[in-house]
Amino acid sequence: MTPSNTSWLKKASISTISLWLIIFALIPTLLVIATSFLQVGENNFVVFSFTINNYQKILDPLFFHVFFASCYLASITTFTCLLVGYPFAYLLTQFSPKWRRILLLLVIIPFWTSSLIRIYAIKILLLQIERALRVFYPDVSILYTEFAVLIGLIYTMLPFMILPLFSTMEKLDRRLIEAAQDLGATPLQTFTRVILPLTIPGIIAGSMLVFLPVLGLFYVTDLLGGAKNIVIGNLIKNQFLVARNWPFASAASVFVIILMAMLIFVYVKSVNKFGGGRYEKI
Amino acid sequence: MKKFSKHLYLFVVFVFLYIPIFTLILYSFNKSTYSVAWKGWTWSWYGKLFSNDSLLETAIHSLVLAATSSTVATIIGTLAAIAIFRYRFFGKKLLSGLIYVVMMSPDIVMAISFLVLFLIIQIKLGFWTLLFSHVTFCLPFVIITIQARLGQMNKNLIEAAEDLGANEYQTLRYVLIPVLLPAIVAGWLLSFTLSMDDVIISFFVTGPEFEILPLKIYSLVRLGVKPEVNALCTIMFIFTFIIVMVSQSLIKEK
Repeated sequence: MTPSNTSWLKKASISTISLWLIIFALIPTLLVIATSFLQVGENNFVVFSFTINNYQKILDPLFFHVFFASCYLASITTFTCLLVGYPFAYLLTQFSPKWRRILLLLVIIPFWTSSLIRIYAIKILLLQIERALRVFYPDVSILYTEFAVLIGLIYTMLPFMILPLFSTMEKLDRRLIEAAQDLGATPLQTFTRVILPLTIPGIIAGSMLVFLPVLGLFYVTDLLGGAKNIVIGNLIKNQFLVARNWPFASAASVFVIILMAMLIFVYVKSVNKFGGGRYEKI
Repeated sequence: MKKFSKHLYLFVVFVFLYIPIFTLILYSFNKSTYSVAWKGWTWSWYGKLFSNDSLLETAIHSLVLAATSSTVATIIGTLAAIAIFRYRFFGKKLLSGLIYVVMMSPDIVMAISFLVLFLIIQIKLGFWTLLFSHVTFCLPFVIITIQARLGQMNKNLIEAAEDLGANEYQTLRYVLIPVLLPAIVAGWLLSFTLSMDDVIISFFVTGPEFEILPLKIYSLVRLGVKPEVNALCTIMFIFTFIIVMVSQSLIKEK
């Protein structure tokens, strides 16, 4: 299985992927971290002097509100997706393999469809609903509110929650549930003591796949939120491309990287504790 | 009754997932220019789309970019997946970890790191910067698609080939690639859709000379709801739909 002589093929394959990821993933991340400690000087040029100002700026009320509001939007989105997606994924596992495949495919299609197109689609729908409602309530407004942004985010991210949940639940050993029931557990006890702990890795994987991207989805807030509702993605975009403040934009990006590192850490812990699924490598 | 309410729940969620897309498709056939009220059926927006030269040019740019980046990602990713599966080597865990982190990285984080890299090494933003970044975010998806297939394959096939005197290249060429072909094609197709749909990363690493479709769509939809855009988005959706159906049938577990 493992040829001992090192062939050119092995060397070529491993060095290509390693070099690619070092040049285009590892080094760029280190550069962003380095940039986040630099200063902006005259004429918007980056000055090579060490500072932690950019991180202190995150706490500045003007910007802190963006970070707080982003995390708040991302938390509500994650929680709602979990609340809707958990029973949904569980019900999917109860179908015959043939039906399961078809229904799963119906979740996979939006998963792969451009979220920009899906956001535009929901904008059209909300526009129609708003128009219909205004016949009865002339003052109602849906578009360009926080509600519209949340609907858009939940709509975009729901498949990203359902798929990892489904894959952990699919592997759940049915006999454990039967055993719990035979031993006299109520449905609630079966859920809290057996099903829930075994699906925790799926819950964390799904939450990670929803929470982190939401922080960056600047076009959702752009198209549905108007100027009031913005996420870290909008801030980074403006700081980098409009205000030309690379160091601060980098610091905001490092903030997201730290959140990601924490979530991955929690996920790995949960897999070790509760056992992994097919998504354990994802 | 209980079964009914379960089915109803699934149905409601599916309606939520699909109603906006169906509304979009329906309104791409609406005669009304302002896409609010329904004024009857028409194909004219599709006609307008195909006579719009600048839009066609952006579409060609996107197709070229997607085809190139998914081909590069598929070659590197397939070899990488096979190497991780077959060999023991120094840093293997680290490499797998890095692939996993790249896959988990939110687009905005990757976008900023690419842009900082390209600005520091001073590559002109345009086709090449788009290509490098698209290959990078497609790689993990190719690798896991291939790894899933490798996990299911009969390992005796490799040993048999080696026992019969095949060298490593021959084993790859005549055993592994034919067995993995469905997954390789699926990985290519998925990379293709990822590249065609990416907005956030492309937004940062694109240059003025190489306009691509998702960014064109973004600039159009920011201006409001327009029937041509509905037609364009409908075509993009149907395109993705076909690719997903094909790739899913290829990676169907046996």
